[in-house]
Amino acid sequence: MSNSVVYKAPRSISRAKSSPGAPAPRRGSVQSRRRTIAAAGFLLPGIAILAVWVFYPTFYALAISFTNASGFNQPKFIGLDNYARIVTDEDTRGAIVNTIVYAVSYAPLVIVVAIAMALLLNRKDLPMRGLIRTVVFLPFIISMAVAALAWSFLLDANTGLVPYWASRVLGTSMPDLLNDPTWAMPTVVLVAVWKNFGYFMVIFIAGLQNISGELYEAAHLDGANAWRRFWAVTVPGLRPTMTYVIILAANGAFQAFDQIYIMTSGGPERSTETIVYRVYTEGFSNFRQGYAASLSFVLMAITMVVGIVQLSINRRQERDLA
Amino acid sequence: MTTATPTRRAGRPVGALHRSTPVGRAATLLLAIAAAVVCAFPLLVIVITAFSPKDQVLSYPPKLLPDSWTLGNFPEVFERIPVGQQLLNTVLMSVLVTAFSLVLDSMAAYALACIDFRGRGLALGILVATIMIPFQSLLVPLYKMLSELGWVGTMVGLVVPRAADVAGIFLLRQFFVSIPRDLDSAARIDGASEFRIYWNIVLPNATAGLLTLGMFNFIGNWNDMIWPMTMTNSADERTLTAGLALLNGTAQGVIPYGVSMAGALISVVPLVIVFALVQKRFIEGVASAGIKG
Repeated sequence: MSNSVVYKAPRSISRAKSSPGAPAPRRGSVQSRRRTIAAAGFLLPGIAILAVWVFYPTFYALAISFTNASGFNQPKFIGLDNYARIVTDEDTRGAIVNTIVYAVSYAPLVIVVAIAMALLLNRKDLPMRGLIRTVVFLPFIISMAVAALAWSFLLDANTGLVPYWASRVLGTSMPDLLNDPTWAMPTVVLVAVWKNFGYFMVIFIAGLQNISGELYEAAHLDGANAWRRFWAVTVPGLRPTMTYVIILAANGAFQAFDQIYIMTSGGPERSTETIVYRVYTEGFSNFRQGYAASLSFVLMAITMVVGIVQLSINRRQERDLA
Repeated sequence: MTTATPTRRAGRPVGALHRSTPVGRAATLLLAIAAAVVCAFPLLVIVITAFSPKDQVLSYPPKLLPDSWTLGNFPEVFERIPVGQQLLNTVLMSVLVTAFSLVLDSMAAYALACIDFRGRGLALGILVATIMIPFQSLLVPLYKMLSELGWVGTMVGLVVPRAADVAGIFLLRQFFVSIPRDLDSAARIDGASEFRIYWNIVLPNATAGLLTLGMFNFIGNWNDMIWPMTMTNSADERTLTAGLALLNGTAQGVIPYGVSMAGALISVVPLVIVFALVQKRFIEGVASAGIKG
């Protein structure tokens, strides 16, 4: 999840075009050709890495997905068999459903918590703002592996502090969260919310500070109460930030792996098995790499759907602003 | 929002918008502190457990603080996994990926943000398309490529595929675009080479962006589990984060929690120190990355 932190497509092509002071580029001139050569020089090293390690493997994955590769055998072409198997494989369907359940519960939850915290910390009269902001941001810094270890310990039904304290307060014993098929998924999602909401909060605080104070004053003078002001000023003002955050949260959710590997290993009864987890187990412990490659296209497809929705929303927003 | 409005409505004091009543302030502070405690508590428990004797960790009823303290968990974690080697691997991988990606991403971002050349639209289009390919979906072909090159389990294999990333290129591009255009067009008219403009004008004016991307990549690679886990064959070749997977919490029957928390602590402390050094600027960078573009 940590590697998907800055996914964002550019809105405009470049600033170079629109600057009035810059000398107009003359196409075909010596200068223009020199610029193109310079640009190629700057782009080439990065593009070369991406071509070899992102573009090429994408097509390679497609090729593998049409074979019965195991990692050890001589791969044989088997057509669309792997894709047919995705449709009939109950475990894979389960993993797809789990991934979507994870995403649609994690993303709204982490956003609501982050906005609430941003509203609290945006109050200038709050003492210790900086300290609290840093502490809330801290879980984002540590690895999900460490967070998962800590929460597994805290939630352990026998020796964990949380079930013990809960039973003392509530009088009844808590379910064994990580070993109960009903509770394992919500627990894993909550740990992810705990780990990441501070990051989104920081982004939302910046979004709040970008909303003009005059809008609040005006709404206030018009007699809008705090609740109305939130919906009429804050929410529309946060819309650009929101698109960005939804994409970050959704992408993070689709790539969930670490906490599942450490906290539940996909269980109990496969109730927390996600697509990435299944790509990993099929490809690297069951050695069905052809099948794993076809599964990764399911992951890619879901990511792309979200990406395309984002691009179209962005475009509509730009139209609205124009 | 800090200045009160000169006009006032009947019966409502100026500045009521800020709701600065003592009760409101106290409630806000209390809620915020509660959230901070929830965030800090598990981290605190890692530290406490790492220094707790085994019988105390597994005693019932569980206690937050042990009756006595011990350093015994640390030698044991060194026996279970090669902590020293893995820590070295972690440092190497995160530093090298961060260094390479800062150079390659900033060069590409410079071309896209500051040079008006033919084919820029095409270059951007290709890069945008790549954003939608999560690296987790490329694990199988990447493993095959690394094994054909004989790079599985080597530092080269862990670092080179990550030497540039599209997200980083776009992040830096956002920062470069906001540098006043006059600076580099003046230099260009004076006949400065593109490299000099990149090196002497654009990079020094985008240190916030470089720091933000550097931290993202440093943290991301330090913490990454699935990449070093899949691209290595033995514990000696893994990074510490991937090594912690061997101290799996679900296997607590075999591995005591105190030992895994000691491992967790060793992996977290260097990262927290690095974060502490730049935390204010990094958090500001995260915030402005969300606002730009």
